[in-house]
Amino acid sequence: MALLEATNVTKRFGGLTAVNDFTFTVEKGAIDSIIGPNGAGKTTFFNCITGFYQFEEGDIVFNGNSVSGRSTDQITRMGISRTYQNIRLFSQMTTIENILVGMEPQLHTSWIGALFRLPSTVKEESDALDEARRLLEFVGLKGKGDEISRNLSYGDQRRLEIARAMAAKPKLLLLDEPTAGMNPRETAETTEFIRRLRDELGITILLIEHDMRVVMGISEHITVLDYGAKIAEGGPSAIQNNPKVIEAYLGRGAAASATIELEN
Amino acid sequence: MSSQLDLRNTARVGLLAGVITLGVSAVGMLESFDKRDLIIGLLTLGQLLLFSAPFAAGFLVTRGEDKVDTGEAVVGGAVAGALTAVPLIALILLTLAAPNIRNSLVNVSPELISLLSLGASEIVGSLLLLVGMAVLGVAGAMFHVLPDAIRKPLISGLGWMLGFAILSEVSLNILRPILGRGLMRALFGTKGITPLLAAIIFVVAIGLTIWWSKGGQQRYEDRKAAMSEEQRKQSRRISIGVGIVSLLILPIILGTYLTEVVDNVGLFILMGLGLNIVVGFAGLLDLGYVAFFAIGAYVMGILTSQGDLGIAGMSFWLALPIAVGAAVLAGVTLGIPVLRMRGDYLAIVTLGFGEIIRVLATSDLLKPYIGGAQGILQIGKPTIFGFEMVKPIHFYYLILAGVGLAVFVASRLRDARLGRQWMALREDEDVAEAMGIHLVSTKLLAFGIGAAFSGLAGAIFSARLSSIFPHSFNLLISINVLSLIIVGGIGSLPGVVVGALVLVGLPELLREFAEYRMLLYGALLIAMMIARPEGLWPSPITKREFHAAEEEEALGGVQ
Ligand SMILES: Nc1ncnc2c1ncn2[C@@H]1O[C@H](COP(=O)(O)OP(=O)(O)OP(=O)(O)O)[C@@H](O)[C@H]1O
Ligand SMILES: [Mg+2]
Repeated sequence: MALLEATNVTKRFGGLTAVNDFTFTVEKGAIDSIIGPNGAGKTTFFNCITGFYQFEEGDIVFNGNSVSGRSTDQITRMGISRTYQNIRLFSQMTTIENILVGMEPQLHTSWIGALFRLPSTVKEESDALDEARRLLEFVGLKGKGDEISRNLSYGDQRRLEIARAMAAKPKLLLLDEPTAGMNPRETAETTEFIRRLRDELGITILLIEHDMRVVMGISEHITVLDYGAKIAEGGPSAIQNNPKVIEAYLGRGAAASATIELEN
Repeated sequence: MSSQLDLRNTARVGLLAGVITLGVSAVGMLESFDKRDLIIGLLTLGQLLLFSAPFAAGFLVTRGEDKVDTGEAVVGGAVAGALTAVPLIALILLTLAAPNIRNSLVNVSPELISLLSLGASEIVGSLLLLVGMAVLGVAGAMFHVLPDAIRKPLISGLGWMLGFAILSEVSLNILRPILGRGLMRALFGTKGITPLLAAIIFVVAIGLTIWWSKGGQQRYEDRKAAMSEEQRKQSRRISIGVGIVSLLILPIILGTYLTEVVDNVGLFILMGLGLNIVVGFAGLLDLGYVAFFAIGAYVMGILTSQGDLGIAGMSFWLALPIAVGAAVLAGVTLGIPVLRMRGDYLAIVTLGFGEIIRVLATSDLLKPYIGGAQGILQIGKPTIFGFEMVKPIHFYYLILAGVGLAVFVASRLRDARLGRQWMALREDEDVAEAMGIHLVSTKLLAFGIGAAFSGLAGAIFSARLSSIFPHSFNLLISINVLSLIIVGGIGSLPGVVVGALVLVGLPELLREFAEYRMLLYGALLIAMMIARPEGLWPSPITKREFHAAEEEEALGGVQ
């Protein structure tokens, strides 16, 4: 059974149909990508999955349960975590505090316990701190835990966002342009890192990405959106040679064509 | 030349200082401050205000340059100082040209003009003012030229002397029972200190500063560095112990009047700690915070009053949890409808809530129950083992206990999971929710706990005054509490204390300021936002990755 199954999802903003009758699946353990020109509706689809938007038609089923009508926090607790295209860290909080907040679905003690320092609360907090430190090391931010996250470099902020998302121990991780704004070396590191997430931790990954080197390098299955609708799907080589995809990108002038290197 | 004097800037700073002083004179502040002596026969508060303008102008003109040469400082300071005098001279001359000016500017009295013209005739006085201010401007500018070895002692000498003079009432109250009458008369006047005491303080402060920089500091730091871990803990414990003991004996030292002031400050600290949870921790801008204070006070009043409106004649201690509970209930009840509101909308709705409570308290509708404008009288006093708490000193300990409890709760929660949830909520509500944080309970806890502290303050307030009236619960209280949080450093617990001391304590001690309280609040808030937006005592970053062990030890201590 597929981990995520979207059937005929449609999301409109007034007269604009941002996602149009979109049917889509992600298998457990996969690394899949959604690509498409700017404004194609990719981020909007992520927002539909995670409960930021309610979609008008269709259904999205995760792990056997429909996500429609649920709030964002409930969906996170179901096992879906995400990062944001325009980084949305808690910018005045430290790196490690960001991760601790990400751990929310794992935490259960109440404020009364904190008031009286009950042993169970103290234990949960110190375990959480250990786990946060471990995650910090895993994403390569060791030593930067006490920095205010706003002061981190751009690449580190993206990494921290991934760490925060992973802290919830998700089954499915949605990454919205994880390498945007990174230099080639950081991009290569992040690509490798995403693969490790799946290989070592078994997290299923769905990413939106404009950098074709990243997409073609790690995706097993690629879906192409244009004007909210699916125009193609398949493995990297099939997508590269699909005339509809080439047209969707190249037909839109030089700006779009510059970002895509299909023969790579 | 890179360090050429910037004439434009000099002129601007000088004139600005002059215009501000002109404004301060025109509202009557200068004149009323002149009635307060600082150093008897030598300096009044009004004169200090007047003279600090050219001094500050000269100081600001040369600030920020790496190396100021003497000639430049003299010229810049003189120009800035003289320009400060210009608007004031214009005012003096205006009174000559138009003797009826007082009809439109009520505060431009002959006394003010005589103060500005330094007691001389208008023309001579104007010249004196010009020269005097130029000299003061030079003095201000020279501060950057002087070597550290002279500047530091001088600053501390002047600072202590003036600070002592401004707060002379505090020392007067403290020292009166200790020193003999003759000695008191030699040191203090009815308002302000004598030149003798001023000189003593000046010399002692300079002496101590020189001693400190000439080796005292070095020795202190060496000794501290040489301490072992065990000794360091020991000295930490000792200083905490000393802190607690001083808090306990404080009202005995201060005497009745000052203790009353401290009680007042304490109630504001208590409210500040509560609002700090709502606004500082959780980022929910609440402008109707006074409502919970009022509810705490009224519930305490109704339940314990021996008068006509009392319904239960309960004891203070029995009524206290009910009063606090009522405030919490109100906090949560207000919280529910505003759950989905943010920023400005939230501020406006809470503002309205505060007003509703005040209007209800004044209304005829509830008059049979809570007394309308006549308020509630004969509210019961707390008793402990048959001992009735009536004096300020008794309430001091009650308030201290309340503040201690509030600090304890606020600091524990801040460092726990709930504190993180609040912070995340403050930073980005949508993402916080997406992280799995339950917005409803997180927000309601902030409103509820915040209201609890305010209700506690209200209940104590009510018992302390024995009678309460609706006009005590106006919007100004909410604004005061919010201002003290901002001035202290939003989200910071020591900041609340500092903010309350500055915004509530100081104006009570300087009664001359009382009339201009709002003006000073405004000026202070603007100045803070420009110069120190993080507040006087901002909250430090909690170190979690590296200092975890140390932190845990620290948290185990007294908070
Ligand atoms: N909240 C909203 N209200 C109205 N229109 C919206 C909203 N969010 C997105 N849109 C519109 O929906 C369309 C799809 O936007 P979306 O952000 O999903 O594109 P995208 O594929 O992520 O593009 P990009 O590659 O630039 O990130 C765009 O035309 C956008 O303007
Ligand atoms: Mg997008």
